[in-house]
Amino acid sequence: MITAVRKPMEEIIACVSPYDRILLVGCNECVSVCSAGGRKEVALLSSALQMHFLKQGKTIEIREMTLERQCDPEYVEELVNYMDGADAVLSMACGCGVQTIAARFREKPVFPAVNTTFMGASERQGVWSERCQGCGDCVLGITGGICPIARCSKRLLNGPCGGSTKGKCEIDANVDCAWQLIWDRLKALGLEKRIEDVIEAKDWRTSRDGGPRKIVREDLAS
Amino acid sequence: MKTESRLEKVLASGALAVTSECGPPRGALPEKVREKAGMLRGCVDAINVTDNQTAMVRMSSWAAGILIKQMGLDPVLQMVTRDRNRLAMQADIIGAYSLGINTMLCLSGDHPKFGDHPMAANVHDIDSVQLIQMVVKMRNEGKFQGGKDIDHPPKMFVGAAANPFADPFELRVMRLAKKVKAGADFIQTQCIYNLDKFETWMEGVRQRGLHEKVYILAGITPIKTAGMARYMKNRVPGMDVPDAIVKRMESVPKEQQPEEGIRIAVESIQRLKEVEGVSGFHIMAIEWEEKVPEILEKSGLLPRPEP
Ligand code: SF4
Ligand code: SF4
Repeated sequence: MITAVRKPMEEIIACVSPYDRILLVGCNECVSVCSAGGRKEVALLSSALQMHFLKQGKTIEIREMTLERQCDPEYVEELVNYMDGADAVLSMACGCGVQTIAARFREKPVFPAVNTTFMGASERQGVWSERCQGCGDCVLGITGGICPIARCSKRLLNGPCGGSTKGKCEIDANVDCAWQLIWDRLKALGLEKRIEDVIEAKDWRTSRDGGPRKIVREDLAS
Repeated sequence: MKTESRLEKVLASGALAVTSECGPPRGALPEKVREKAGMLRGCVDAINVTDNQTAMVRMSSWAAGILIKQMGLDPVLQMVTRDRNRLAMQADIIGAYSLGINTMLCLSGDHPKFGDHPMAANVHDIDSVQLIQMVVKMRNEGKFQGGKDIDHPPKMFVGAAANPFADPFELRVMRLAKKVKAGADFIQTQCIYNLDKFETWMEGVRQRGLHEKVYILAGITPIKTAGMARYMKNRVPGMDVPDAIVKRMESVPKEQQPEEGIRIAVESIQRLKEVEGVSGFHIMAIEWEEKVPEILEKSGLLPRPEP
């Protein structure tokens, strides 16, 4: 999923304070699962903002909405009836959701209320870790199912580097060394020899370096 | 001979080679480079010039290397994959070679987190193994990494680093094998304080016959103070300083600690000289270059051969 964390209150307040009527929009997908921008977080942020402005002696009107999927124009369309009554939109979805709203409602300012952080997985309750950088040419099949691009601090394709210490990465004793994990997994699979295969320099064109990416499925495109 | 490298000639002659290093200044004063390199004149076969060492900005490795070349000495161009993509690296390799630099060392580099620009983007377009492949391809096939022909290709003698002390240990010989497979001509190791562990690693290296495919230069860093020993033991990732070394440094009064550190370095060299497969030494006397001649003299590594 795409993970996010809420921006600091001061930053959100600074964005919305010039406006009187705010449409606060959450999303029911990833940000809801990682408890950053679902229905519950929308309600919490809404009351925190009300409280703040009340103390300032200012009344602010906040309408709460949580869409099924904010990155989908079909659901974003549901906002159309509420836009006239709003001076600005505050979105709690990931950057994709924020941009879908901005593209649909061109004359309305839209502010992100969360920092979209990474594509990751849940490790345990309340803990998420980065797992994929969407490089567009997945190598998990030769790296024991552990991504060196997202999980090695130097995205080495032929690790580990000389800084790997007791299973941890040189940058932080709380960060697992991806190449230790890869090695352990290759061993478990009986594929130790693979560590000696030189993985060739990557073609980054499939990644962000090739320019903004797009998928067009002729079989589905309307 | 693959190249014009003086280091290659010394190694090929069968003599124990000696390299040392010089960290370029954090400013534009060429005298600083000349001063450090000057201390090493006549004592070493080549001088490594570090590339933004510990992720701190310094005079570029190739520029400092050229200053050293102009003194009639032989620089080893260090290059990390952290700061430049493959275009910039190949451009620098050609540029350095056009000015007479013919030996280089391929590294991935410390993470920016450790330096003075922790906010910098981390490039890593290719990694250190792929960098070895790239430089070897430029030399052997006369082709850029992208596949096109190079008009007058650079012929570099290609080095790589090995750290026998990083984890997982069981992988460390395989990792060397991988660098050899990628085409490395010589290896400079992490500084060695745990000699037993190094010898175990070398045993693994010999079992695979790797010492016959690549020249291995054992890394030596003289310790100046007991504090430095403790710091390296506890704070430097991938460094193995046994308690016995720390205790030995602590056991002498502060003013005698530098001497003790030199003594440890000399004893290590004496012992490692006897290890089959060790082709020479890489002395990294960080901000202590003036002691290199003394260490080499006491270790019986002077005078240097004229290849
Ligand atoms: S290799 Fe690429 S696509 Fe596969 S997990 Fe890693 S970043 Fe994602
Ligand atoms: S310690 Fe491991 S994860 Fe960290 S940079 Fe080195 S190889 Fe990558």
